[in-house]
Amino acid sequence: MNRPLRRMGAVVMLLFAVLLVNVNYLQAFRADDLRNRPGNSRTILEEYDRERGPILVDGRAVADSVATDDQLRYLRRYPSGPLFAHATGYYSYVYGAAGVERAENDVLAGNDDRLFVRRLGNLITGEEVQGGAVSLTLDPAAQQAAAEGLDGRKGAVVALDPTTGAILALVSSPTYDPNALSSHDGGAIRGAYEQLTADEDQPLLDRALRETYPPGSTFKLVTAAAALESGRYDPDSEVPGPAELDLPLTDVGLPNSDRAQCTPGSDTTTLTNALRRSCNSSFGAVGLDLGADALREQAQAFGFGQEDRTVPLTTATSAFPEDPDAPQTAQSAIGQFDVRATPLQVAMVAAGIANNGVVMEPYLVDQVQAPDLSVLDRTEPEELSAAVSPEVAAELRAMMVEVVEEGTGTNGQLDGVTVAGKTGTAQQGEGEPPHAWFTSFAPAGPGETARVAVAVVIEDGGGEAEISGNRLAAPIAQDVMAAVLGDGG
Amino acid sequence: MSAPVGPSATTVTPASTASRRNAELGLLVFALAVALAAFATLGLGVDGAVPARIGSYAAGFGGLLLVAHLALRRFAPYADPVLLPAVALLNGIGLVMIYRLDIAEAASAERAGRPAPAPDALSQITWTALGVVLFVAVLVLVRDHRGLQRFTYTAMAAGLVLLLLPLVPGLGTRIFGAQIWIRVGPFSFQPGEVAKIALTIFFAGYLVLKRDVLALARRRVLGVDLPRMRDLGPIVVVWLVCLGILVFERDLGTAVLFFGSFVMLLYVATERRSWLILGTLMVLAGGWLAYQAFAHVRTRIDIWLDPFADPQGAGFQLVQGLYGLAAGGLLGSGLGQGRPDLIPVAKTDFIVDALGEELGLTGLMALLLLYGIVVERGLRTAIAARDSFGTLLAAGLSFILAIQVFVVVGGVTRLIPLTGLTTPFLSYGGSSLVANWALVALLLRISDAARRPAPPPVPETQEALTQVVRR
Repeated sequence: MNRPLRRMGAVVMLLFAVLLVNVNYLQAFRADDLRNRPGNSRTILEEYDRERGPILVDGRAVADSVATDDQLRYLRRYPSGPLFAHATGYYSYVYGAAGVERAENDVLAGNDDRLFVRRLGNLITGEEVQGGAVSLTLDPAAQQAAAEGLDGRKGAVVALDPTTGAILALVSSPTYDPNALSSHDGGAIRGAYEQLTADEDQPLLDRALRETYPPGSTFKLVTAAAALESGRYDPDSEVPGPAELDLPLTDVGLPNSDRAQCTPGSDTTTLTNALRRSCNSSFGAVGLDLGADALREQAQAFGFGQEDRTVPLTTATSAFPEDPDAPQTAQSAIGQFDVRATPLQVAMVAAGIANNGVVMEPYLVDQVQAPDLSVLDRTEPEELSAAVSPEVAAELRAMMVEVVEEGTGTNGQLDGVTVAGKTGTAQQGEGEPPHAWFTSFAPAGPGETARVAVAVVIEDGGGEAEISGNRLAAPIAQDVMAAVLGDGG
Repeated sequence: MSAPVGPSATTVTPASTASRRNAELGLLVFALAVALAAFATLGLGVDGAVPARIGSYAAGFGGLLLVAHLALRRFAPYADPVLLPAVALLNGIGLVMIYRLDIAEAASAERAGRPAPAPDALSQITWTALGVVLFVAVLVLVRDHRGLQRFTYTAMAAGLVLLLLPLVPGLGTRIFGAQIWIRVGPFSFQPGEVAKIALTIFFAGYLVLKRDVLALARRRVLGVDLPRMRDLGPIVVVWLVCLGILVFERDLGTAVLFFGSFVMLLYVATERRSWLILGTLMVLAGGWLAYQAFAHVRTRIDIWLDPFADPQGAGFQLVQGLYGLAAGGLLGSGLGQGRPDLIPVAKTDFIVDALGEELGLTGLMALLLLYGIVVERGLRTAIAARDSFGTLLAAGLSFILAIQVFVVVGGVTRLIPLTGLTTPFLSYGGSSLVANWALVALLLRISDAARRPAPPPVPETQEALTQVVRR
């Protein structure tokens, strides 16, 4: 019986060898991966033993930590409740972190290298390690105006400082209360989370950065920019403007939303008038003339197609279709077919035009501060690209001012301030209500430096034509611009 | 096949005929020292001071080990000198870890304003004492392991009754979904732990009797030697019993344990590989049947395939265990400095993950190697045993220990699907600890017989016998 016994010994040795290999794999190779898994309450518990740094907006904490006497030493609070929810995110020991809480976790938790020297000091003095603070670029008044304007309807608002790219408002609606996910009561957290994820309106979704929509007529700004950049058009160029544009290869046409000619009594119109009245037939024709490649290049110059954009929150990628045929190109030129854009991207188009053609990288974190609030790092504004020449930017600006003053976007007007804007109504498909868009910037007078650019989208806005963009979205943009310009900053 | 027939053919070399009891004593002192060091480290990790109780711990645990050692000196002087110290070290580390988890539970109870639960380390040391008592009793009562062969069928009956006890209404209780416990008054007991010894005695005794029939009578089908149908009987019966355990007691681990060790012993006894092939096929068939028919088996498999699919629900235990291992990393957090209390059922099924967190990969590998040593010494005993029964019994006991370690450690480290078994000597639990101490006593008893020097050949007697025959 010795031979089978020896074989059995070999089998046992093999079994133990496999166990040893497996624990080596887990504890040496997989360990980091497991430790960093969102929802690993162990890593988070360790962090709860330190005072996590605050998230600041305009010097006031929108997220802070207070000491408690239960198992987790510090409780995370969001004094403004849902208002900044999608910017700050939540900090939950059941579900991990989201938003800035996640993106800037190293600083907030005190693990960041920039805090290293201080940590070393703490080690020697025996003082508790504290997290650093993160200051956001948000303007509280603009944020408030945007949230009140949306008033719970599904949609999003993004406001940018065109000259720097700083994000002044970041609101997604419906929203949620991060306090509910950041409490110390596991059962309550789970209950709240399950309720939020079960909600059809997806309150946890950041529509401003993470959702792409058909941009509808707001994309005509990109088509107009491509036309002017091509050198073959100027604002007064005569372009086709029939009630309906015949599309090649198909028997369907591209009608204007009011089924009327752009300029009554004429099948042509000027580029300026086409933008003012948001004529589909004109921009479809211009798009066909320029070709899909020219449109895509212009879109990319404004930031479309750039993957992995982080502000530092990760954003969805806006896209212009890969290889559209002629009728699809005409559709794409008016922001339909497969064109997709985040509200952030639409705001970047307006901001680029406002900033003399230069698009700035959008950013949400203004400063990183040590626990004593001394500045460790400040975000320097960065150019993303020169999307159009200053001359073209000035021409586009003048055309957009017309839109607000006597075109489809009159609800965007502000007393005593010149506003440039563009409405949009994005069809989703047969039978589904369209999304209402409005994007604008101000002040927009010749030679003025624009201080705010906004994009507003309201999902399922209802109604037909450009009216809904003007009726639903423009007033919100108006309030947000007024809030930024009004506080004198 | 061929058992040694004469003194000259013995597999035990003269060098190993020394009793080696002093070596054992030295190793025991080492094991005690390691356990005490762990206890002291734990105190330093939690309170920053060596625990005041270290003296009584040293006296209590050390006293028990001394009793076991003296019993070996008296009743089994030639027994293997490594087994007892290895087992003692595992038991000692287990005690420290259970005490460590007691501290964590008391702390969290205090935070929640609840009274602290009764410390489990105290009852574990009581169980250790009982285990040592049983260890000595086995050595005293079983003076020759061959005597156990007479109880072959008694052992079978006892084993089956023990296995079925938890199903008796009013006696069995369901804990964590598995019905493997019986409760009498304040005592709860896991009869499967004792059944594994009884059934191993039955397997060994039965196979000694039937090995020739099982090995020789066969048919050749498609190039594979198949046993006769009526010889298939026992393997089918065991297979059915295992399926029964799986179904009615929901105990995946015990089913794997028994079937695996029975098939392995069949192979050792008959040296016919066809039994292994057949056994594997039956495991696959049984597993497939169970997966198809029983939700609890399916759940286990699904958790194994993707524990992170539902990390807060079904996968919670396993995921928390893996997080514990990851938190430990290479060197561990140090005793008393991790959060092993975050691992569910850390004192019993998941104690390996708790140890992996605080002792790290290094400590966990040391523990696994320690188990490896125990099993390897057991298998050496099997090879050295001079009778077939002793060989099969030692092989069976060692292998059952090996599978148990593999199934538990593999389960909590997501190598294989999770089953509910205790980690021998480490886990909290009386039945398991006591049964395993008895198991080791049996192994030592066999090794004493194997290593005992044979009586020297006496030529005169042979001559005298020759004369007698002539007359």
